[in-house]
Amino acid sequence: MPLEQNQTFATVFARGLLDPTRPAPPDVAGRDGRSAGRRYDVYRNNVTVSLIEALAAIYPAVQRITGPDFFRAAARCHIRKSPPTSPLLFDYGRDFPAFIEGYEHARELPWLADVARIERGWLDAYHARDAAPLSPARLAAVALDRLADLVFIPHPAAGIVRSQFSAVTIFAANRDTAPVERIDGSTPEDALITRAEFDVTVRHLPPGGAVFATNLMSARPLGEAAASALDAAPDFDLASNIAGLIEAGAFTSIALGDAR
Amino acid sequence: MATATKTNASTAVPLRFPAPIGGVAGTSFKPEHLSAILEAGRQRGFFEVHAENYMGAGGPPHRALEAIRRDHPLSLHGVCMSIGGPQPLDKVHLARFRGLVARYQPALVSEHLAWSTHETSFFNDLLPLPYTEATLRCVCDHIDQVQEAIRRPILLENPSTYVAFRDSTMSETDFIRGVAQRTGCRLLLDVNNVFVSAANHGFSALDYLADFPLSHVAEIHLAGHAEQADDGGALLLIDSHDGPVADAVWTLFEIVIERRGPVPTLIEWDSKIPDWAVLQAEAAAAQAILDRGASSALPAGRHAA
Repeated sequence: MPLEQNQTFATVFARGLLDPTRPAPPDVAGRDGRSAGRRYDVYRNNVTVSLIEALAAIYPAVQRITGPDFFRAAARCHIRKSPPTSPLLFDYGRDFPAFIEGYEHARELPWLADVARIERGWLDAYHARDAAPLSPARLAAVALDRLADLVFIPHPAAGIVRSQFSAVTIFAANRDTAPVERIDGSTPEDALITRAEFDVTVRHLPPGGAVFATNLMSARPLGEAAASALDAAPDFDLASNIAGLIEAGAFTSIALGDAR
Repeated sequence: MATATKTNASTAVPLRFPAPIGGVAGTSFKPEHLSAILEAGRQRGFFEVHAENYMGAGGPPHRALEAIRRDHPLSLHGVCMSIGGPQPLDKVHLARFRGLVARYQPALVSEHLAWSTHETSFFNDLLPLPYTEATLRCVCDHIDQVQEAIRRPILLENPSTYVAFRDSTMSETDFIRGVAQRTGCRLLLDVNNVFVSAANHGFSALDYLADFPLSHVAEIHLAGHAEQADDGGALLLIDSHDGPVADAVWTLFEIVIERRGPVPTLIEWDSKIPDWAVLQAEAAAAQAILDRGASSALPAGRHAA
C-alpha cells in the first residue's frame, strides 16, 4: 500500500510537468490548502526553461541563426516530445537535429539540421575521453610496402559530419558574435571534428576526405580507404589528406591490418 | 541490488576522508572564473561543483576541476540522484557519482531531498515529495545505498518548495531529523531555502530553524532568490540562485552560526553569474560572520566535520 502511494505522488506530479493543458495535481496545495495553480507552474516553468537553456547551450549557432524566439519555440516543442532520459544534460538533444529536419517552420533553412549535427559533434568531442594523438613520426617509421595494410585507431574525440549544404561555413560563422556575411548555403561540405588536446576544432574536409576518414575510422586499411576516396573524388590527394588527419589529431595509433 | 553496490564499493580505488575544513566560506566554482582563481593562487575557502557537470569522460571540465582541486578543498554537490523519488536509484548514475568521489576526494559530498527523474524522464528540477512514513523509509533506503557506495556519510539538503502535499503527515524538520537519525547522514542547511519555503507556505523561518537538527549540520548554503506572486496575489519566492544573498537570509545565517558554531558555508550563484570579485566579496561577508562565530563560540564548532 505505501509503495503504491509513493508511485502515485511522483506519477501524478510528473504528468503535467511537460503538458501545460493538464491542471495542477490535486494532491498538492498552495498556502492554507488552496489549489496549487501558479505554484505548480513554477515547477513546469523550471523544467521547460532549464531544458530549453540546456539545448541552447548545446546548439548556440542554431539559436543565433534562428533567433531566440524561434529557437525557444522549436526547443519547447522538442522537449515535450523527447524529454531527457539521462541526468547528464550534455548528452541531451541527440535527436534534436532530426527534429529540426522535420520541423515545418525550419523548412526554409534546409542546412540547419546539419549545422546542429556539427554542434552536437563539437560537444561530444569536448567531453570525450582524453588521449594522446598519433605522432607523425610513427607513420614515417612504417615500411613502404606495408602502408596499404595500415589500420588507424580513431581518437575518442574524432568525428565526421557530412552535409549536402555549406554546413561547416555556416557553423563557423555563427559560433561567435562577429557579424555574418551572406553565405551561399548550397555547396556540399564535410566536417572533421577533433580535440587533440584542449580545444575542439572543426575542419572543412577536401573532396573525398570524408569517405577516406570514415573508412579509416572504421578500421578499414589505408589502401582500401584510399581507393574508396579516389572513387568518390578522382582528384583526391592521399598525402595531404593523411597528413591533415594526423595533424588534426584524428587518430591515436596505428596497427598493421593483420593485427585487427 | 545490494550486491551490485557492494561490488562497486569494494574495487581498488581508495575512498579517503579528507580532513574537515572547519568554518570557512566557499563559492560555487564556475568555469568562467577559472583563470581569475588560478591567478590569485591558493586561498582560504573551498569550491563547490555540481557533480553531473563533471561526469563526462574527459576534456576541459576535468582539467579545470583538477586545477582547482590541486590547491583547494572541494565540495561535490549532486543535483540529480533523485533520492526523494519512489523509484529505485539509477545504479549507473550512482557508479558515476562514486567515481567522482574517488577521483577528486572531496571534503564535502551532498545531495538533495528531492527528485528529478520519473520513469525514464529526467526533469532537471528539484521536485517535492510528501512527508510520510512511507516516503521516509524510501529516502532512508536511497541514502543507505549512496552512503554504502561512497563509503562515507552524505550531506542531505533541505529543499525550497512552492507547493505542499495534502498527504504529508509530518513536518519537514521532523522528516529530515528522521532521515539523519536512521541513516547517519549529515545535513546541508540551505538558509535561503528555509527563507523561501517559509515565505511561500506562511510559516516562521525562525521556528523552522529552532526545530531543525542543527547538531547534524555540516554545511550551509546561502543564495539569492527572486520574487513573484501566486494566484491569490500572495508573495511567492523563487529559489533562483541568480543574485546576492538577501539581508534577511544573512540575519538567519548569523543566528544559525551563533547556535551551531562555524561550519563550511557556500555562496551559491548559478545563473546571471557575476565577476569573480563579486562572488568573492559575498564569501568574505560570510567568512566575517563565521569568524565572529568562532571567536564567541562554544566548542560546538568541533562537531563540524
